[in-house]
Amino acid sequence: MDDTSLKEDIGTEEFWVNMGPQHPSTHGVLRLELKLSGETVVDGIVHIGYLHRSMEKIAENRTYTQFIPFTDRLDYLASMNNNLAYVLAVEKLMGIEVSDRAKYIRVIMAELGRIASHLFGITTFVQDLGAFATPLFYGMREREKIVELFDDVCGQRLTYNYMRVGGVSRDLPNGADGKIKGIIKYLRPKFDDLEALFNSNPIFTARTRGVGVLTASKAVNYGVTGPNLRASGVKWDLRKDEPYLCYDKFTFDIPVGNNGDAWDRYKVRMDEMRQSLRIAEQAVLGLPEGDPTVKAGRIFRPEPGETYMRSENPRGELGFYIVSDGSPIPFRMKIRSPSFSNIAVLPDLIRGLKIADAVCVLGSLDVVMGEIDR
Amino acid sequence: MSNGEAFGLIKLKIPDTSLEEKTRAIVVPREGILEAARCLTGQGFDSLHNLTAVDNKDNVTLVYHFYSMKKRAGIVLKTQLLPDDLTVESVERFWRSADWLEREVYDLFGVKFLNHPNLKRILNPEEWTIHPLRKT
Repeated sequence: MDDTSLKEDIGTEEFWVNMGPQHPSTHGVLRLELKLSGETVVDGIVHIGYLHRSMEKIAENRTYTQFIPFTDRLDYLASMNNNLAYVLAVEKLMGIEVSDRAKYIRVIMAELGRIASHLFGITTFVQDLGAFATPLFYGMREREKIVELFDDVCGQRLTYNYMRVGGVSRDLPNGADGKIKGIIKYLRPKFDDLEALFNSNPIFTARTRGVGVLTASKAVNYGVTGPNLRASGVKWDLRKDEPYLCYDKFTFDIPVGNNGDAWDRYKVRMDEMRQSLRIAEQAVLGLPEGDPTVKAGRIFRPEPGETYMRSENPRGELGFYIVSDGSPIPFRMKIRSPSFSNIAVLPDLIRGLKIADAVCVLGSLDVVMGEIDR
Repeated sequence: MSNGEAFGLIKLKIPDTSLEEKTRAIVVPREGILEAARCLTGQGFDSLHNLTAVDNKDNVTLVYHFYSMKKRAGIVLKTQLLPDDLTVESVERFWRSADWLEREVYDLFGVKFLNHPNLKRILNPEEWTIHPLRKT
């Protein structure tokens, strides 16, 4: 028997396999339908919607203030940042300027929230690649410091509901600035430890370098934002390019990648955490006196009109499009979530890869289903 | 490039275009959406950042948010559809992000995007017959 006939006899058939919605590497309830040839992914379809809670419909039945806790449940790993993005949109709609102290507190909270979110993102990504438990526990240990601070500040560990339209719900508790400085001092060397742990690991490098390359033009065309976009070499960060709050007062760099592979997406997040620490440090040192809370009533009627405000969340640009008809509840609210656009690019990235690498690419995109399905 | 400049360019191609006074949004008739899209891609608007709809009861307004990172500019484009004929051309051929965004608008509002490669519900179950964000 010659070789060609043998090959034909044992040829594999392409078949569809469901990955998820209960698969541990899908970070929640995401279903991937993968067309496989042996272990190679020929095509993939992303199915979302398992966590759809009709947030946008709920928004049409709540006052502006009542909707703040719902934003906590969008990207539940970065609730502080969601709160902020939402109140910024409502403030833009109403033309409100907040006090300097409120701005500084918001910046500190947003940047610490970004660190907490990236710690979770990076360490669960590494866990997906088989580094079971150890890196995740290290990441959670550092994140715990931030969560404890948030607990002190607003009484919650996950869904903070801290920002208010016009300020924040309460001032920092006594001694909080010292605690924040302590956290910054504690975290800085820990990032070096974490990075040394990953960078020196030959398996991690081999699994991520050159895997799932996202080109800059494709990233822009798909509407990919945040660290995933910057990893593809596009230097775009709303904190620098369309500054809101008081980000223009701080010095910080925008880390970018060169290749747009899984490694760059990890590395950009790692570097961003250091920059967030820099911003938080400047903000806590320059924290002005004053009253950051809101004295006005909780129910207000914005003028009829509309606004679109986007801000830089840990996972990309979170935008709120709000239409007001002059009543105390929004006429229409659209939530443009970063993960929604980031995950849409997945089928393009995993074509031709092995299943294990598809898991790697998905982990490196760092999506949260809460804000995809809304 | 501001909304005003882009408005001038689009108005040359589609005479029925108007500029919304309060929001500075460009309003094109729905037949002109492809022409407007071609015009915007030519001007370097490489990102369709957001696409959504608003049900104003007497019409359903589609709202497109475009950005150009090179020009550091953003543009809001709108087009109005009558409730008894919710169809419009898909802009997926220009911006891949439109694929999912248009599916979402179809799912929630029932707007049919012509020549869309895969117009299926995205958040709600496929067997549903209603479009939950419609107000009537």
